[in-house]
Amino acid sequence: MKPIRELNPQFLESKENKQHLIDYLLGVADNYLILAQRLGELCGHGPNLEPDIAITNISLDLLGQVRSFYQYISQIKGDGSTEDDIAFLRKEREYRSVLLVQQPNTDFAYVIARQFFFDVFNKMFLNALQQSADETLRALAFKGIKEASYHERFSGDWLKRLGDGTEESHDKAQKAVNDLWVFTDELFQVNESDSAMIDAGVAPDMLQLREYYYEKVENLLTEATLEVPEVPYFQKGGKNGLHSEYMGYILAEMQYMQRTYPNSKW
Amino acid sequence: MSKEIPLWEVFIRSKNGLEHRHCGSLHAEDAEMALNNARDVYTRRNEGVSIWVVESKHITASNPQDSGELFEPAADKVYRHPTFYELPDELKHM
Repeated sequence: MKPIRELNPQFLESKENKQHLIDYLLGVADNYLILAQRLGELCGHGPNLEPDIAITNISLDLLGQVRSFYQYISQIKGDGSTEDDIAFLRKEREYRSVLLVQQPNTDFAYVIARQFFFDVFNKMFLNALQQSADETLRALAFKGIKEASYHERFSGDWLKRLGDGTEESHDKAQKAVNDLWVFTDELFQVNESDSAMIDAGVAPDMLQLREYYYEKVENLLTEATLEVPEVPYFQKGGKNGLHSEYMGYILAEMQYMQRTYPNSKW
Repeated sequence: MSKEIPLWEVFIRSKNGLEHRHCGSLHAEDAEMALNNARDVYTRRNEGVSIWVVESKHITASNPQDSGELFEPAADKVYRHPTFYELPDELKHM
């Protein structure tokens, strides 16, 4: 890991750097928001009380994370836009969330597999972000890592139990893993803003951790007696604003309140 | 579905130095999951620093029908409380 270097105070005076940082942060934070929304849909619908509460807890953890990121973005923007504006008033193409987090709650196995694929990435990411040249991001990463570690423990434990459980749970887990696998690689996609932030030492270079990610995920799948899928290509698009058909519905539900009653607060 | 999942009793220690106290029960497939579930269900408002879980079937409980012979004989033996001693004034916190 790179040693911490402090960001040059003039760094954000460049309009270009500022825009790259904002875009980069949206690419991070929008994943939290959309996944939190997806998990929130499950409130009161868990298979039984315990996972229902656990999943809602995770949703709230992610919302807490995303608020800090959006507050930081609104501070950098400095144009009076609030965290609510950023969360609720953008158009679909302006969201930078990956396709993985938009995937529907098809069944409990999908919820767990989606969560696990994201959690492994998120924990590695927050770990690396603690070396950021940006002081605020270091603090956010430090704060988030404990929650992220628990999320990974929760989803990983469940995936093992589903895979290594009954024949039915194994088949359902395998199907979810197979279907969601194509969305994992997008987590590592690097766009222009990401590159700029990696060069500035603000963002960790997640591509370097890609191999480690798949090693970790594949080890757990094997432990869960699940097969590691092989796909000819990976799906991408969300990070560039080209979302799946699900995104419009997610946003419609999520933005309804703010658009119907403008300026209401979280 | 939940009928097939074993029941666990949860004990939480609210802070170091205090004892674990029974705070409720939950369903889980195994001990590790029971710990996770206990964390999610019973410590989400900062209630604890340590959790014990034990599968409910391992607890042997007294039978309510036996309460006559088990507990009532103690009811009229107040002298078993150490309240009949004169305590020296120097002794605090008794």
